[in-house]
Amino acid sequence: MGIYEEISLNKRKSLLLIFLFIIIIVLLGYVFGLIFFNPVVGLAIAFIISIIFTLISIFSGDKIILKVMNAKEAKKPEHTRLINIVEGLSIAAGIPVPKVYVIEEDSPNAFATGINHEKSSVTVTTGLLKLMNKNELEGVIAHEISHIKNYDIRFMLLVATLVGISVLISDMILRSLWWGGYSHRGRDSRGSIYIIVIGLVLAILTPIIVQLIKLAVSRKREFLADASGALLTRYPKGLADALRKIKADKEPMVKGANRAMAHLFIADPMRAVGENVKHWFSTHPDINARIRRLENM
Amino acid sequence: MPLGIFLWILIVILVISVLWFILTYNGFIRLRNRIENALSQIDVQLKRRYDLIPNLIESVKGYMKHERGVLTEITKARSSLIKGNIHEKARASNQISEALKTIFAVAENYPNLKASKNFMQLQEELSGTEDKIAYSRQFYNDSVLTFNQKVQTFPSKIIASMFSFKEKEYFEAEEEAKKAVKVKF
Repeated sequence: MGIYEEISLNKRKSLLLIFLFIIIIVLLGYVFGLIFFNPVVGLAIAFIISIIFTLISIFSGDKIILKVMNAKEAKKPEHTRLINIVEGLSIAAGIPVPKVYVIEEDSPNAFATGINHEKSSVTVTTGLLKLMNKNELEGVIAHEISHIKNYDIRFMLLVATLVGISVLISDMILRSLWWGGYSHRGRDSRGSIYIIVIGLVLAILTPIIVQLIKLAVSRKREFLADASGALLTRYPKGLADALRKIKADKEPMVKGANRAMAHLFIADPMRAVGENVKHWFSTHPDINARIRRLENM
Repeated sequence: MPLGIFLWILIVILVISVLWFILTYNGFIRLRNRIENALSQIDVQLKRRYDLIPNLIESVKGYMKHERGVLTEITKARSSLIKGNIHEKARASNQISEALKTIFAVAENYPNLKASKNFMQLQEELSGTEDKIAYSRQFYNDSVLTFNQKVQTFPSKIIASMFSFKEKEYFEAEEEAKKAVKVKF
């Protein structure tokens, strides 16, 4: 699959995701309304809420993520080398230069975010800057730039924000069912139990479904970004060495990262030290497999 | 009705060829714009290097009494960075890359120079620019490769000759171009 097919696929998937998100939230709202007040009102409120959240995700999702991660914009002369590398590789990729951010954090990691080529950013941790030599840093940045070029960032950003919100909302409903459901039981026990069961199923299922969508996409995406990154630097060994260093690093946790954001990073920020078991719920392909592929290029 | 089917097939073929025609033509235009853009990106970086060189010479000339040759070489090549054709620019750029390597290697012998903040910043900037030249050149040459392949291969060749899209030149010095050809045959 060529890069242009990948780009249009990412744009289609982003639309589909928004669509799915709205449907799920509206369904949740309907069930919530059915249980507690009025299904139509619940549906209407949920629809409005889902639209608002979608708009926020599109227009300031990346800013929210950068804020949560406490990322600061990189400045010269302190980060001259980093800025130069980002500029160089975006020239190589033929995209506008993204903004560059740095997080004070010992664990080496990096991510790209944004909604399109013009509104995008690359963020690295100070740990990464300390640990990597120039070739390795170029490898990592090229991987991130590829995410931007392929429009992975748009889809990943929407996943991060919309998944986060869905999980939050279904969690809320689950909790209110737990407490509120009991008081209704006395009046018409048959109907409300039936509804509660639907609600429970929905509330449990939603985060799982969204989680699975996310997983299905990000593994292949990482391999692709590794490959197109190597095409930019013409030096796959740089990224392979960087990944090896990241794997060996003793501080894998990025403070402030949570499950909904894990897939943005180049290496899973939630991974345990020395982990090499493949989990169905991990958002990243096995780091050894990535190194092997890079070395066989 | 056999005649009806025949007509339909004809229409379908016609529609597909018109669509193909439009898409291929637009593809050429897009690529041509990308190449122009890439070339101006190279020029931006060459200009940046052009501007940085006097500062570099200023900061090293006090130290490098014995290496005056390199400095004059750089100064001579410098002006070709921003004028001349694509091959002349590429050649000047290569010469300067070599000369810069020498200067930075020689600088290792002068601890005072090496430790000077000004020189360190210049070195970082110049090597950053050096990388950017290499990357912009890579992007340009890749785009030219795609364009030329389209010009040379059937069926996009038809449209290329209809609108006289000519093969583009790679960003490389004449010597490099000759070398590349030698390797090919």
